[in-house]
Amino acid sequence: MVQVATTERERAEAPGEVVFDLQELSCFYGSFRAVREISIQIRRNEITALIGPSGCGKSTLLRSFNRMNDLIDSARVTGRILYHGVDLYGPAIDPVEVRRRIGMVFQKPNPFPKSIYDNVAFGPKVAGFRGNRSELDDLVEASLRRAALWDEVKDKLDQMATALSGGQQQRLCIARAIAVEPEVILMDEPCSALDPVATLKIEELMRELTENYTIVIVTHNMQQAARASDVTAFLTMGDDRAGYLVEMNATEEIFTRPANRLTEDYITGRFG
Amino acid sequence: MAVTTRDAVARALEGRRFDVRGYLFEGLLLLSLLIALGILVTLLTDVLIGALPVVGERGVDFVTSNMSARAERAGVLQGITGSLSLMIFVVVLAFPTGVAAAVYLEEYARDTPLTRFLNTVIRNLAGVPSIVYGLLGLAVFAVLLGGITGPERAGRSLMTGGLTLAILVLPIVIITSAEALRAVPTTIREAAFGVGATRWEVIRSHVLPYAAPGILTGTILSLARAFGETAPLIMVGAVTGGFAFTATGPVDALQGPYTALPTMIFSWARQPGAEFRANTSAAILVLLVVLLIVNATAVILRNRYDRRW
Repeated sequence: MVQVATTERERAEAPGEVVFDLQELSCFYGSFRAVREISIQIRRNEITALIGPSGCGKSTLLRSFNRMNDLIDSARVTGRILYHGVDLYGPAIDPVEVRRRIGMVFQKPNPFPKSIYDNVAFGPKVAGFRGNRSELDDLVEASLRRAALWDEVKDKLDQMATALSGGQQQRLCIARAIAVEPEVILMDEPCSALDPVATLKIEELMRELTENYTIVIVTHNMQQAARASDVTAFLTMGDDRAGYLVEMNATEEIFTRPANRLTEDYITGRFG
Repeated sequence: MAVTTRDAVARALEGRRFDVRGYLFEGLLLLSLLIALGILVTLLTDVLIGALPVVGERGVDFVTSNMSARAERAGVLQGITGSLSLMIFVVVLAFPTGVAAAVYLEEYARDTPLTRFLNTVIRNLAGVPSIVYGLLGLAVFAVLLGGITGPERAGRSLMTGGLTLAILVLPIVIITSAEALRAVPTTIREAAFGVGATRWEVIRSHVLPYAAPGILTGTILSLARAFGETAPLIMVGAVTGGFAFTATGPVDALQGPYTALPTMIFSWARQPGAEFRANTSAAILVLLVVLLIVNATAVILRNRYDRRW
């Protein structure tokens, strides 16, 4: 098992440390190449946004970060993703352990059809949570608080999670991801099914979460990327329909002084 | 440019001519429905009228009596207990095997030409005429394994009948369970995998519980199918005449003779004379009532646990 330093102090001492180092990463579905030779670095406690037109492989790329693509039979990758220097696709790596450290929030809120409490408690339970019931209660409360949902649900923890509103469900999914105390949270268009008010809440929440977590977010919404991220990577599709990286830079740079014409066309709405 | 005065617009928007083809089509659909309903009602009425003398004169006695060569004393008790025993076989054997096979196919097996071929085979097996399963049961359970299933009766025992029905409904259990598993959204699996659950934990804590109502409904319906099967049971030697229940223990009972409701109906229907005809109708009535209860249970379960994602 890989030991990862995750205490607050160590994080504070090492700002900007590289969490993910992608080296010519390509993703395939069968013989179809969805993502071509991407080499980028993702740094600790930052929000990195992946933007680009539909079908350019943003989600595929994101899902390779926690080996979610393993669930698709035909999916495979070439190149390397180093996580703190360890190759995530190395032969001895257990994807289950990977996903405990690198959590995920999905496009459509997908709470389990169980109680709010059980939704949050499931992760810690499968991770072998050793505390007693009241310690689990505390963990559930802390996770819901961090996801800015506690005040809205504290009196109805035993109610079905599916009865919550879309925005609340998505924050519950964030709480569920946080509960296993990951280091990274991957977000795959987390606001695309939400109204503007709920979207804003999630964005504010993301900002707060960067204190403790590293966030990689895929978004279709360029205002969102501009508002909420520190670093932006712009991907687009080549003639072979494989997504490739056009440029990656500080979000402000990308949105004010894009280096590439394709990026400029995309962010000004002339393309995509 | 179109005229847009109020009158012109009203003329343009108001009813088109009588839609002959539309009404014709609707009438045709209604007719088909009425034909189906009509046949069912005729059948039920016929059975009810035929069963009336037996139900009226003997009532519960008909349900609690054993087989007999004399129509006025013959009852369906042995058929009911036989059918129920067979159902226990089906539940104990086909249910766990079928669900397990479905879980493997849906959750574990990779999408290869082999698994696709297996899926096709299972679908086809579900459509194989039941008499073929009867032949299989006869060859395997009665003849080949006769020494175990019924040494004193050439394998024509309750055990053989139960095993035959179990393999008969196995493909149906697999298919309906697989469909129930497939109805659990991928996003739910991803959510569970995403917090670091293993495949086993995902299946045990989420996929199976959420699919359970669907699996249950499918299993109950396949039970109803097994309950009504006649041909394979006659093939593997369900008793069509009278017999005395003399078993001294469970093994003895498993290796002993048996009959089932549909088998009794079949044998009574072949008897000459009006008395047995009334008995036949009454037995059909009992069978229908049992099937109705089973199906109603399935519907109630489905409605009760129906899940919206």
